[in-house]
Amino acid sequence: MSSVSITKEDIKTIMKSEQTIVTAVAAPKPVAAPRPSALALKSRAFFQWLLPPLFGLLLLGAIWTLIAHQSPNLPGPMPTWHSAVELFKDPFYRNSLNDQGIGWNIVASLERVALGFGLAALVGIPMGFIIGRFQFMSRMAAPIIGLLRPVSPLAWLPIGLLVFKAANPAAIWVIFISAIWPMIINTAVGVSKVPQDYMNVAKVLNLSEWKIVTKILFPFVLPYMMTGVRLSIGVAWLVIVAAEMLTGGVGIGFWVWDEWNNLNVEHIIIAIFVVGIVGLLLELALTSLAKRFSYE
Amino acid sequence: MEKIAQEKYVQLENVNMTFYTKKGTFEALKNINFSIREGEFISIIGHSGCGKSTVLNLIAGLLHPTEGNLFCAGREISGPGPERAVVFQNHSLLPWLTCSENVYLAVERVFGADEGKANLQQRTKAAIDLVGLAHAADKRPNEISGGMKQRVGIARALAMEPKVLLLDEPFGALDALTRAHLQDELMGIMAKSGCTAVMVTHDVDEAVLLSDRIVMMTNGPAATIGDILDVDLARPRKRLELAEDRHYNHLRSEVLKFLYERHARKAA
Repeated sequence: MSSVSITKEDIKTIMKSEQTIVTAVAAPKPVAAPRPSALALKSRAFFQWLLPPLFGLLLLGAIWTLIAHQSPNLPGPMPTWHSAVELFKDPFYRNSLNDQGIGWNIVASLERVALGFGLAALVGIPMGFIIGRFQFMSRMAAPIIGLLRPVSPLAWLPIGLLVFKAANPAAIWVIFISAIWPMIINTAVGVSKVPQDYMNVAKVLNLSEWKIVTKILFPFVLPYMMTGVRLSIGVAWLVIVAAEMLTGGVGIGFWVWDEWNNLNVEHIIIAIFVVGIVGLLLELALTSLAKRFSYE
Repeated sequence: MEKIAQEKYVQLENVNMTFYTKKGTFEALKNINFSIREGEFISIIGHSGCGKSTVLNLIAGLLHPTEGNLFCAGREISGPGPERAVVFQNHSLLPWLTCSENVYLAVERVFGADEGKANLQQRTKAAIDLVGLAHAADKRPNEISGGMKQRVGIARALAMEPKVLLLDEPFGALDALTRAHLQDELMGIMAKSGCTAVMVTHDVDEAVLLSDRIVMMTNGPAATIGDILDVDLARPRKRLELAEDRHYNHLRSEVLKFLYERHARKAA
């Protein structure tokens, strides 16, 4: 380090000495101390960003290994990894209805979630607007929401099976009913929080209800709504695994149950990771979507 | 008849305002009587909490009087309307719209039924130019300074070509220099447009500088008009010249006397 640092004094002494006539021409500007380059700073920031999550994952792996050592039935990280590599070599095979690749199972689950969640958004968001906008509707909806929201999602499954007389619509129904609440509530909260100032502007300008919704309510409520959507998709993805365990067919939840019946514990652990990763991706996608729509 | 309409362009008749809240009733205004001539600039001044903003909101139609009547241009005020534009204290611009979109929203509402899009955009541009914000027309409110936001608020109100411009402490949140600058600009704009204006303020200099008459209010509860001061200073008024002007200073001290001697605020 000391070889790099040239203080002002150093330069002065060099300049004064008689042998420096040649070097004086190329005398560099005085450098107080060596500053780390931009690249060094960036890479340091990168490592500071990367290392903690990496350590977290390593810790998880370590605990897992430790438990696997104690319990001989639970496969450790390495056997699970090998099994996963094997499994994902051919994710999209189809042998029979009950024997399909992991890829098909994920796709089937995503389809159900998309349908149930989509329907919930279609119903829940406008409902949230109405509830937030009109005091009467809000009071009317309060007991319904208060009563139905705490119900465990799976309790709705028998009703779905009874009404739709088929497993697939029943699973979608469960997703719908459990995903709708966060969207209704967050949208309604957003609408009720619209500052009075903005509503006064609307009144003074005599804006039509349509303009109020599109120019004031919707832009203001959007961040609240996106929070509701994010929570909803999280719930939907949580619930689908449980619902599919009960309804069967194709899907990641059914697949877990099937592998449990086969006593293929590696696959169950893989499924846990798959569910986690897909959930994380859904969350990330919606967060970035929300950022795009934010006016701030 | 024509004459009366001009003399009493905006009229408040025996206006009482009582708020019914959970904590009980609160009589804010009692027996407010005054009228405003067409083209006149009126300031309402008083200590905070005296209900001066309530008077403005009544004229705006955002509140309804408990008793009494309000008229504007011979018609009873039954609700808010674009002929009475409001400049809010906190500018109340919609943060997701650009400056010109904020103005356009108002323009579209008032003139959209009769005029084409090009015309509406022309009006928007003219209003933005009037307040000297052409360079910031496409910026969002959070990208510009407080003074600029307030100018957009003024532009939005003026673009509606209101009969009465209502200003609710329009410069209260601004620093002294920006405030002085905007006051000068407002004087210029008002001289050009010739529209009637009512401004709520707590700034004595601002009131004397801008107004034709100053309505001085007593302290609440049950606040009423204590006195009305005629500001008979010639226009155009120049801030620096007036600072030395004896009559200006006399008027100024009249307001100060009203506020701090006759109706001094009880120890807060």
